[in-house]
Amino acid sequence: MTTSVNTLLDVRDLHVEFRTREGVAKAVNGVSYSVDAGETLAVLGESGSGKSVTAQAIMGILDTPPGFVRHGEILFKGTDLLRMSAGERRKVRGAHMAMIFQDALSALNPVLSVGDQLGEMFVVHRGMSRKDAKIRAVELMDRVRIPAARERVGQYPHQFSGGMRQRIMIAMAIALEPELIIADEPTTALDVTVQAQVMELLAELRRELRMGLILITHDLGVVADAADKIAVMYAGRIVETAHVHEIYRRPAHPYTKGLLESIPRLDQKGRQLSAIKGLPPSLLRIPPGCAFHPRCPLAQQVCRTDEPPLYELHEAGPGRRSACHFWKECLGEHGT
Amino acid sequence: MSTAHSEREPIPREPILQVRDLVKHFPLTQGILFKRQIGAVKAVDGVSFDLRKGETLGIVGESGCGKSTLAKLVMNLERATSGQVRYKGKDITALRGHALKAVRRNIQMVFQDPYTSLNPRMTVGDIIGEPFDIHPEVAPKGDRRRKVQELLDVVGLNPEYINRYPHQFSGGQRQRIGIARGLALRPEVIVADEPVSALDVSIQAQVINLMARLQSEFDLSYIFIAHDLSIVRHICDRVAVMYLGKVMELGDEDQIYEHSTHPYTQALLSAVPVPDPAGREERERIILYGDVPSPAAPPSGCVFRTRCFKAQERCAREVPLLAVPEAFRGTKGPAAHPSACLFAEELTA
Repeated sequence: MTTSVNTLLDVRDLHVEFRTREGVAKAVNGVSYSVDAGETLAVLGESGSGKSVTAQAIMGILDTPPGFVRHGEILFKGTDLLRMSAGERRKVRGAHMAMIFQDALSALNPVLSVGDQLGEMFVVHRGMSRKDAKIRAVELMDRVRIPAARERVGQYPHQFSGGMRQRIMIAMAIALEPELIIADEPTTALDVTVQAQVMELLAELRRELRMGLILITHDLGVVADAADKIAVMYAGRIVETAHVHEIYRRPAHPYTKGLLESIPRLDQKGRQLSAIKGLPPSLLRIPPGCAFHPRCPLAQQVCRTDEPPLYELHEAGPGRRSACHFWKECLGEHGT
Repeated sequence: MSTAHSEREPIPREPILQVRDLVKHFPLTQGILFKRQIGAVKAVDGVSFDLRKGETLGIVGESGCGKSTLAKLVMNLERATSGQVRYKGKDITALRGHALKAVRRNIQMVFQDPYTSLNPRMTVGDIIGEPFDIHPEVAPKGDRRRKVQELLDVVGLNPEYINRYPHQFSGGQRQRIGIARGLALRPEVIVADEPVSALDVSIQAQVINLMARLQSEFDLSYIFIAHDLSIVRHICDRVAVMYLGKVMELGDEDQIYEHSTHPYTQALLSAVPVPDPAGREERERIILYGDVPSPAAPPSGCVFRTRCFKAQERCAREVPLLAVPEAFRGTKGPAAHPSACLFAEELTA
């Protein structure tokens, strides 16, 4: 295998589908990406792009049925997670990789105190006594800077504010010092000032513990602040990958370009927003050829018939790939 | 309370809506049979501003700052505890019945969630046409179908969709339906409460562009409520920043975004992630600690002082008024705009 020593997670040609009453929804169609130790990969996409489903498949928490992994490999430190037994996977989950969810209130158990939920990690995975686990829970709450941790350890999720609940989620994720954290829209439900607090905390812990991070988001601002590299998803496929600095300066896919031009920016005023026309496709009926062609300003006949492969753009920088027949035009157009 | 801190500078266009010292306190009660009031949630606590004809006034703030309650008060969907909302000089907070109905024709609302603000059992035609049932004088019965189709066309939807149901539309299209309904009675003012925050990024721009186009086409005045500061900057002429039921700072777009003098506005602006990785390591951030206090027990003095990086002892004792800070009074610069802070000053870069 060609993976580097540092590669923590390597997803290869992943296909996930949902078998619904209306037909087969192709949620993930051949996604490949990798994360190195200590690296942050941002997966950017709108609702229905397959970014969360990919994460669920990695964590092994896909709802089956209706969701099925139809094809692909998920290599975690060289071992394929998809070939493991349910019991083996459970040992990986929590201890080696953990997930932070968007909505902390529904991700936490409302009838257990936060101390019990945090401590459970140590009881189940490390075989600690409840008493010791509680001490560790308080330490964790201190670590994610929840004030008065000792007093609040017995409280229930509803007694915490949104930002504090998200800190508890983070505490739970880092409890066993995993190598990989998947954060699915971790700050979407939070106010900006609280979002800034949470993102800062996450970045600090990630540096300290040298964790790999997959940051799933639709927010181009959050990505620009936190990511090392980016994968942009559209209709279940990766349409562009790049180092974070490259993609904002010179997008190589018309979808990325459209996204960048359609967001209002705090530091720029009076620019006309050029919206991407139309809507993302239904996953039950993904258009033939390039899935983006009905909305694309560069679309030609070939885009309607031939699905573009993920071209390697060596001249545009390392790790740069674009699934567009006309990536050259896209790059060039932006440069002038 | 007085109206002393309302703006008195010369203004380009006459105000269409004047809000003065608006207060909404929701009572907190205890006991079942003998209810006693034990306190109040001060959702909106003395808010004053003008909305001028043809302009967009943005109201920004974090959740719980009272911006949605303010929208309901302006619409008279919620009765104010005290204060006035004057539409063309006439106080509408005390109106009832026919008089209220007549005013409401001119002030319409667009809601946040396009999934719950449309009745799933009504067709699009019925939804957009419903305002005509309440105000039949606007469109005679035989003319309504044509009017609805016109409205669909105006907001960029196919007029043939008139018999479809809301679930057959995407989020962005539903928000267009909500906007068409808001436009039906040809109002002068539209209060939009987080109109794009439930939509995907690529769809947000479509709806924002639509709202901007409709504004110039129909000479509308908008009150645009949002938590997204980038969107507000893009669409608004003037901005009011709210925190715990009070306006902290009020000014035009340049004054607020480039020359803010209130520490809360400064912290809020610095917390917004900029979609440009260039120079991200050097970017200075003001991180606010803690959470917004409960509006049932707001801090004494300045309500922001518990999270403020400039707070001093004086801030706990004195309530800062929303006025042009003394240091800038008499100056003509962009920093001379109302800011409710005892230590108001611009950030030095």
